[in-house]
Amino acid sequence: MDNIAGTKSSLTWAVHLSVALLVIIWLVPTVGLMVSSFRDRDQITASGWWLSPLPVTQNFAVKAEGDPVERDGLFVLEGNVFGEGSGTVSEFGGRRAAPTEFATGETGTLTRDRTLSVQADGSYTYTSPAEIKRAPSIYFASETPPEFSLGNYEQIFSSAGMDRAFINTLTVTIPATIIPILIAAFAAYALAWMEFPGRGLLIAMVVGLLVVPLQLALVPMLKLHNAMGVGQSFLGIWMAHTGFGLPLAIYLLRNYMVGLPRDIIESAKVDGATDFQVFTKIVLPLSFPALASFAIFQFLWTWNDLLVAKVFLPSNSESWVMTVKIADDLLGSRGGDWGILAAAAFVSIGVPLLVFFTMQRYLVRGLLAGSVK
Amino acid sequence: MSPIVQGLLTIVIGVGGCVGYFYASNLILDKVIFPIQAKNPGRNINRANMVRPWLFLFPAMFALSLYLLYPVVGSFWRSLFNRAGDEFIGLGNYASLAADSTFQTAFLNNLLWMLVVPAASTFLGLLVAQLTDRIRWGNIAKSLIFMPMAISFVGASLIWKFVYANNPDIGLINAIRFAFGATETLDVLQLRFWNNFFLMAILIWIQTGFAMVILSAALRGIPEETIEAAIIDGANPFEIFFKIKVPQIMGTIVVVWTTITILVLKVFDIVYTMTGGNFGTEILPSYMMSYMFRDDGRATAVAFVIMLIVLPVMIWNIRQARQEMK
Repeated sequence: MDNIAGTKSSLTWAVHLSVALLVIIWLVPTVGLMVSSFRDRDQITASGWWLSPLPVTQNFAVKAEGDPVERDGLFVLEGNVFGEGSGTVSEFGGRRAAPTEFATGETGTLTRDRTLSVQADGSYTYTSPAEIKRAPSIYFASETPPEFSLGNYEQIFSSAGMDRAFINTLTVTIPATIIPILIAAFAAYALAWMEFPGRGLLIAMVVGLLVVPLQLALVPMLKLHNAMGVGQSFLGIWMAHTGFGLPLAIYLLRNYMVGLPRDIIESAKVDGATDFQVFTKIVLPLSFPALASFAIFQFLWTWNDLLVAKVFLPSNSESWVMTVKIADDLLGSRGGDWGILAAAAFVSIGVPLLVFFTMQRYLVRGLLAGSVK
Repeated sequence: MSPIVQGLLTIVIGVGGCVGYFYASNLILDKVIFPIQAKNPGRNINRANMVRPWLFLFPAMFALSLYLLYPVVGSFWRSLFNRAGDEFIGLGNYASLAADSTFQTAFLNNLLWMLVVPAASTFLGLLVAQLTDRIRWGNIAKSLIFMPMAISFVGASLIWKFVYANNPDIGLINAIRFAFGATETLDVLQLRFWNNFFLMAILIWIQTGFAMVILSAALRGIPEETIEAAIIDGANPFEIFFKIKVPQIMGTIVVVWTTITILVLKVFDIVYTMTGGNFGTEILPSYMMSYMFRDDGRATAVAFVIMLIVLPVMIWNIRQARQEMK
């Protein structure tokens, strides 16, 4: 086909190149997040993640501690900015506003005739015509080797409360994934293989409900939950997710079950099996791929959901799921702490990505069954 | 009680309850109400079989009616009342919405989203589907472009916050601008009007994979003969794509397009996390959430406006489904 299709080799190259380009564009943002989440938090703001394997020039500040010596009418303070350690200074300065004013080796003049010089190896000389009462600050830029660590992850789990949010997400997700499956499977079987008046109407209703915006349900259902005494709670969100997931579940499962071979089901019935037996012994096991597809959909949807969690769960830090935690807490209080944000985001997308890459086959099958029909 | 224990208990009760309900109700139907051992077994079996579908359907239909059907009416009814819910004000909420300039912005932005996001996602999805169709590493490429589908909108927003960041040492966009000689940072999220497109890019990034998977399957389903015939007639690859392939998958393209259009009307997460609706980026779902818990009358009115926009698609879907069943 490829040869007679009129595809010239130049065109093939263009295809390979453009696909490669698209894949890179699609991957770069996620890779950036992943790399950032492992970087030292000071290094994140000092150089772009695309430069992260290279040494980073960071600005530091130290107090010039020590006893001043009087020499030629000047008070002199000597030492090394690295203390006991070592490093290479590239620039230095004596003011917070201009931390990299002078190059190493220069003698910088500060206010009130004071001078400061720092050598590349970190040794400094500070002179002042007046007595030195407080240890002056020395600002300098130094190259530090790239640092990768799990520090950001440790921090979000120890102090930022992400561990609690992770467990909450898991707590919301698992029952909300499992419970609708069984309810939907029975209904899907009835809609696929049982004859009764009004069946067409019910199928049409399910198709219609597939696109009803969730927003409509928020206010009335929350009010109903409050009236029932469920209120904002885990029980409430499980019930809500079950209700919202059912149209897709019934639709996917029914489409799959209708396609099962009629012979098997009819011969089972001829042999005296009841509908209940046909369903549990034949249809349910055969529908496993569709059940798996829906389970993955529902899992991803409940894990990633922000809207339902914001409305049906109480808004306190004990009940925050990860999406709410990130959107309402971390982005607000730690908006500038990129390391924390990156690690938190990566924790929240890690599990879905794992599910995605291991069960992609079922996901694709479910998408096709749900949309192409 | 810790939520985990509560969760495990709910799974047991939920699943056990379902199994118990279905088993017991079938048993009662067959053994107690219409026993086969009675005088008239044939009539009883028929009667039991008339009731049984409703036993199977009852839990699902009950939950559906409660969580999706009732809210349509309930929301509309609530939207006719004032903030406290004690005074009937007719269409007053809708009138004040129409007069609110933020609502107008949200409405227009939403129209923009509905035009751009489905068009761009479908186009890119079709492009990737076609390009990867015949290359050897096509499946890997598709899998990587499909990946954002698994990421939450909140996670995706954070990922793109790193791209859009003001600091040229974090934000890729500003870094590229600096590499080309810019000296001042640019916060693309505060750039009036254009910031909407930067937010849309996030959803396009997520949805292209969805469009690609479905369109790729549709492309594979095209009969080979039609393509071979076109090649013999001397068509070039572009003609084959636009004149032979695209017309044959037009139905699928429409389905993908409408599915993404519906989705656009539900996604409040991206605007909420990225800008909080500031800088003229409000859309209807995020506008609704800003009134949730504060003014239920208004919130339900916005929700109902969203419903009205969805309605044509819903009717079209139902008609398609009914046609297929015939």
